[in-house]
Amino acid sequence: MPQNYVPIFIFIAFIAVMLPVTLLAAKLVRPDNPGKAKLMPYECGIDPVDSSRGRYTVRYYIVAILFVVFDVETIFLFPWAVQFKALGAFGLLEMLIFLLILVVGYIWIWKKGALEWV
Amino acid sequence: MLDYITSYLNSDTTPGSAGNMFWAFVYIILIFLGLSVAVIAMNWLERKILAHMQVRLGPMRVGPHGLLQPIADALKLLIKEDIMPSQADPLVFWVAPLMVVITSFTVFIVVPFGPTHAVTDMNIGVLFMLGVSSLSVLGVVMAGWASNSHYPLMGALRSSAQMVSYEIAMGLAVVSAVLMTSLNKDGTGTLSMIGIVQAQQSQQVWFIFKFFPLGLIAFFIFAVAMVAETNRAPFDLPEAESELTAGFHTEYSGFRWSLFFLAEYSAMIAVSSIAVTLWLGGWMRPFPNALSGETWDLVFSLVPGLTFLFLAAMTFYSTARMPKHPYFKVQTIGLGGFGAVLALIGVALFVPPVRDRIQDIFWFSAKVALSMYMYIWYRGTFPRYRFDQLMKVGWKVLLPLGIGVLVLTAIAGILF
Repeated sequence: MPQNYVPIFIFIAFIAVMLPVTLLAAKLVRPDNPGKAKLMPYECGIDPVDSSRGRYTVRYYIVAILFVVFDVETIFLFPWAVQFKALGAFGLLEMLIFLLILVVGYIWIWKKGALEWV
Repeated sequence: MLDYITSYLNSDTTPGSAGNMFWAFVYIILIFLGLSVAVIAMNWLERKILAHMQVRLGPMRVGPHGLLQPIADALKLLIKEDIMPSQADPLVFWVAPLMVVITSFTVFIVVPFGPTHAVTDMNIGVLFMLGVSSLSVLGVVMAGWASNSHYPLMGALRSSAQMVSYEIAMGLAVVSAVLMTSLNKDGTGTLSMIGIVQAQQSQQVWFIFKFFPLGLIAFFIFAVAMVAETNRAPFDLPEAESELTAGFHTEYSGFRWSLFFLAEYSAMIAVSSIAVTLWLGGWMRPFPNALSGETWDLVFSLVPGLTFLFLAAMTFYSTARMPKHPYFKVQTIGLGGFGAVLALIGVALFVPPVRDRIQDIFWFSAKVALSMYMYIWYRGTFPRYRFDQLMKVGWKVLLPLGIGVLVLTAIAGILF
């Protein structure tokens, strides 16, 4: 049923035209009077000390990696869930084994402290 | 051409499935307008409800009871100067709000307001909604990075970490609801949004009450995760004013800022409508099976009209209570006119052809509205979490709970 997907592109095209047009229309009515202080990065009135694109804590990377692992796992669960009753007890058993492996990994990362934020 | 347009009206599929792009476009425009109106209304309602929860009056000056406040705000934002910081990355800075708005609006293509009232009905509807709504994290990261400033970057990092963490719990809760759709004679479930509501119809139970309390727990997980996904209180760490000024959109101003605002509220409506579709019976009216028959059908079909008449009555009551001073003359007339419009809509909803067509949309919107009220209620009630607490709830509570509920639901599905 490819025609089911056509409205997505109509919608995206519609919004992608509407929004820039509105932004440009707003440009016509708004004042445009930039100054040096106005264009500085906002730091509550204090001069910014250094570039903002410095280092930040490694935990964000850990969260991102864990997300990929668990999200892919969730995606694997979807086909099974759709065919759940047809696959029956056998499918459930298979999925329990899959989840068991995953839970072992989950317990391991918990013990490793990857889930601790502080 | 005219045949092409009218032929759809008699069919019982969505415009997308019927391949009728004219009606698909009409629905898209209706959704676009409806969303904009809903966001404007939500703006007023949130400030008003929050104010009353905190024993304040809220907006009272612009229009009667501040009814025109959101319009005044929109005008103000439109004529405000739009600043792009000199160190910002212009292209990414420009694209980021568009990205956020496009993703949070596109989701509404598959939202089923009724058995035929959806732009299109895809057989991967739920996956599409989850996937597209999680794309908005890209826009947030782009906004934070492009601003080249400390607060936005921290806000964007926090926001992305939070959104991806809660997405897992959200996905697991959704899987356990999808699993329930397959408990029929064929043994095959569905991911189509319309199909999920029809499954609840044929199993004669909302999935929130299925295998009590398993459905309820899954709904609870989703309800917590959806608040965190949309960066709302009590999980509004990315825009915690006391720490990060305004989070990832600190450097945005004017109309571009209002796009973020628009995206936030439409994302809230989007996740609420996923919750309503999966657990709260979508467009179904309350008790479609227990209270069936012609009489009950008639009683429930009168509810939309009566709701609007009730709102009109409240408005007229407020009109009568307006101060009698001549200064308030315009405001009193305006409020009375608003009440008259509400009453007219209410009367129009009693006309049989309108009544039958509007039913599904009304019940769906009512459930979504309830969910939106809960959002405001949370914001008025809960204090903000700390970031480590937030990650702890996501990874150490909701994720194991989600896996547990999924396994128990599967076992219950095999046994019963």
